[in-house]
Amino acid sequence: MKKFLSMFKKNKATGKRNTYLIMGTIITGLIVIIVLVGLFYTPYSPTKMDSSAKLQGFSFKHIMGTDHMGRDVFSRVVYGSRITLAIATFTVLIGAGLGTIIGAITGYFGGILDEFTMRVVDAMLAFPSILLSLVFVSLFGTGTYQVAIALGISFVPSFARIVRGEVLRCKNMDYVEVARLQGVSDLRIIFVHILPNITGVLVSTIMIGFNNAVLAEAGLSFLGIGSQPPYASLGNMLSDAQSYLFSRPSYVLGIGATIVLMVLGFSFLSEGMKRWK
Amino acid sequence: MEIILDVTDLHIEFHDHDKPETVVEDFDLMLEKGEIVGIVGESGSGKSMSALAIAGLLKRHALTKNGRIMFDGHDLLTCDRDILRSYQGDEISMIFQEPMTSLNPVKKIGWQVEESLRIHHKDMDKKERKRRAIEMMTSVGLREPEKVYNMYPHELSGGMRQRIMIAAAMIGEPKILIADEPTTALDVTIQAQIVELLRKLNKEKGTAIIFISHDLSLIRQLCQRVIVMQAGNIVETGKVEDIFRAPQMAYTRKLIAAIPQIDL
Amino acid sequence: MGSDKVIQIKNLNVFYKNHKKSPLSKDRKVHVLKGVDLDVYEGEILGLAGESGCGKSTLAKAIVGMNKDFTGEIIQKYQDAQMVFQDPYSSLNPSKKIGWLLAEPLKVDKTKKWTKEEIDAKVKEIIKAIGLTENMLGRYPDQLSGGQRQRVSIGVALMRSPKVLIADEPVSALDVTIQAQILELLQNLHKEYGITILFISHDLRVIYQICDHVAVMRGGIIEEYGAPKEVYKNPKCDYTKELLVSAGIK
Repeated sequence: MKKFLSMFKKNKATGKRNTYLIMGTIITGLIVIIVLVGLFYTPYSPTKMDSSAKLQGFSFKHIMGTDHMGRDVFSRVVYGSRITLAIATFTVLIGAGLGTIIGAITGYFGGILDEFTMRVVDAMLAFPSILLSLVFVSLFGTGTYQVAIALGISFVPSFARIVRGEVLRCKNMDYVEVARLQGVSDLRIIFVHILPNITGVLVSTIMIGFNNAVLAEAGLSFLGIGSQPPYASLGNMLSDAQSYLFSRPSYVLGIGATIVLMVLGFSFLSEGMKRWK
Repeated sequence: MEIILDVTDLHIEFHDHDKPETVVEDFDLMLEKGEIVGIVGESGSGKSMSALAIAGLLKRHALTKNGRIMFDGHDLLTCDRDILRSYQGDEISMIFQEPMTSLNPVKKIGWQVEESLRIHHKDMDKKERKRRAIEMMTSVGLREPEKVYNMYPHELSGGMRQRIMIAAAMIGEPKILIADEPTTALDVTIQAQIVELLRKLNKEKGTAIIFISHDLSLIRQLCQRVIVMQAGNIVETGKVEDIFRAPQMAYTRKLIAAIPQIDL
Repeated sequence: MGSDKVIQIKNLNVFYKNHKKSPLSKDRKVHVLKGVDLDVYEGEILGLAGESGCGKSTLAKAIVGMNKDFTGEIIQKYQDAQMVFQDPYSSLNPSKKIGWLLAEPLKVDKTKKWTKEEIDAKVKEIIKAIGLTENMLGRYPDQLSGGQRQRVSIGVALMRSPKVLIADEPVSALDVTIQAQILELLQNLHKEYGITILFISHDLRVIYQICDHVAVMRGGIIEEYGAPKEVYKNPKCDYTKELLVSAGIK
């Protein structure tokens, strides 16, 4: 944590600040704070309809306007962001967790196991991840958790790939030989000796994964799979707003901007963390 | 004798930490034509930094350089980049410690040896370049230069790679060759061969050599004059034999004592 | 001779498989060690000299069990041989503190359960023995110099008090002055703990300084063996002479 904080200071070597990291933290922090506050307070109830105030533009009363059922878009965005973020977090946890374990073990032991797993991974990577998620959703059914699990599994291959590559790089270093000579068990070598050396790569991959998860979830919900009405994730709402794209462009703007901001924040964070020094 | 390089009061300071750090202080060097000078010191003594400055390769933001490096009527520290670039690799060449990383792994050996001709002698045709490259590769003691010409770096041993580096550095017949620990990564037998090769090239082509090493015994084998550096300063300078016979400074004595002694 | 043999190597042959370049060509086997016989006596420092690629490191790896694919016999009196590697920049885990690196061999010791106090005491003993101070324990490897790192590598190897230490070119990557200090450290440890050391180097001068016996190796064969003084004075084979000349001895 101290290390993380020290990254915000001016880099002594180059005299530059890590702008990416600062921007990323501000944007992501803002979104997280709004979502957290939204747990207790939103200006309106996200599901309360008001037939007298349909499809309004931006105003002080409704800062992102209202939708076709007269619901306050900002309140719905706050609520939708929560669901989107929750799904993204869950997705990345599954993807990164399983991916790291599979990648680390196959990379370290190699041989037939590695060959077999990597061919499976190749096969999975050959499909577009949205298609893969669709297959899993059709297996598990629709709904918030189902979508998270489906996305998580479709994220495993790319994490496994990256971790495997890093472990392959580390396992030929002398310090691994030294550990083996001391009789350190293989699992301890993988998870205690090697893994801490790849956290840098892992963290920035997780951030990119977060990004992809937000987009993939929005994509799935846009197609009508995922969390179901009346509660909606950002993708769901975007799908609703689509029909009013030309008559009421302000409706789609608030939702779209939120997704863009979220993705931008994570991108900046991951770029900033790559320069972890 | 003709003096081809005159370095006076070279001062290099880094600013990438809170306090400015002086890495080289009051470095002086006069290099005569065809002379071999050794610079000796431990890692961090500033010997490589001085050499990089002479070769015009010190380019960092947080850095100040003061003093004068006179070569061919120009001060290399302040002259135009174009002038400096016309000397680099042609009149002043450099070879490095790691023959494994100083060669580009995806380019053929011949291409890399010819590189400096391609830059500095644009009018030379392909055939002539190849002829010069093969000739140079022969004179650095590579057997079957025609075959090596079409090989890649990973197909060669460490010693052969260092010979290739020397061939690439010498192809423009430079006036000065800076050799920064060229033998440190090599086996003793290969070390001796490389030192012998440098001596031969010096004699045949009249190239002046600045030979940098942490090993005084190597310097003794090759150089006439030596500069002893410690923590950015020159602590002692003089003829190699004089310094071995009567070292003035404690640090020089320490360096001499570190050479494994063998009394049979 | 009154002393025992700690390692007896009899007719050791090691082959390396050369990875095939195309699926059609056959695997080529490279004969790296060709019938090596070598005895290491208790309490001595044995120097193993030769150029890179002659099989020195292969022999070391076979002894510590990192390479089990050999024919012939390796009889060890103690089974606890530890190894120090050439490159102090890759032999220490960059993400761990020095104190952790030193404690690790005891934490994974299968022969004895060490308590936290015992580990602390041993770490403190070793950090002193390798000539470093206790405030180094909290540092990461990249905060140390090359010489200090090599000291730590030696310390890690010594934690479980092995009877045999194999040092594979431990000073080749270091400055001459630092070389001298590491050699001195090895000699002190040799005296203090009575460790038998197999010292591998391409530099005959270094071997002369600290070794009781020297074995000269070339192309997987031991060409010459004896006390350094004798061997250097009257080298029997041409290769030894060549090595001596290039080291500036003859």
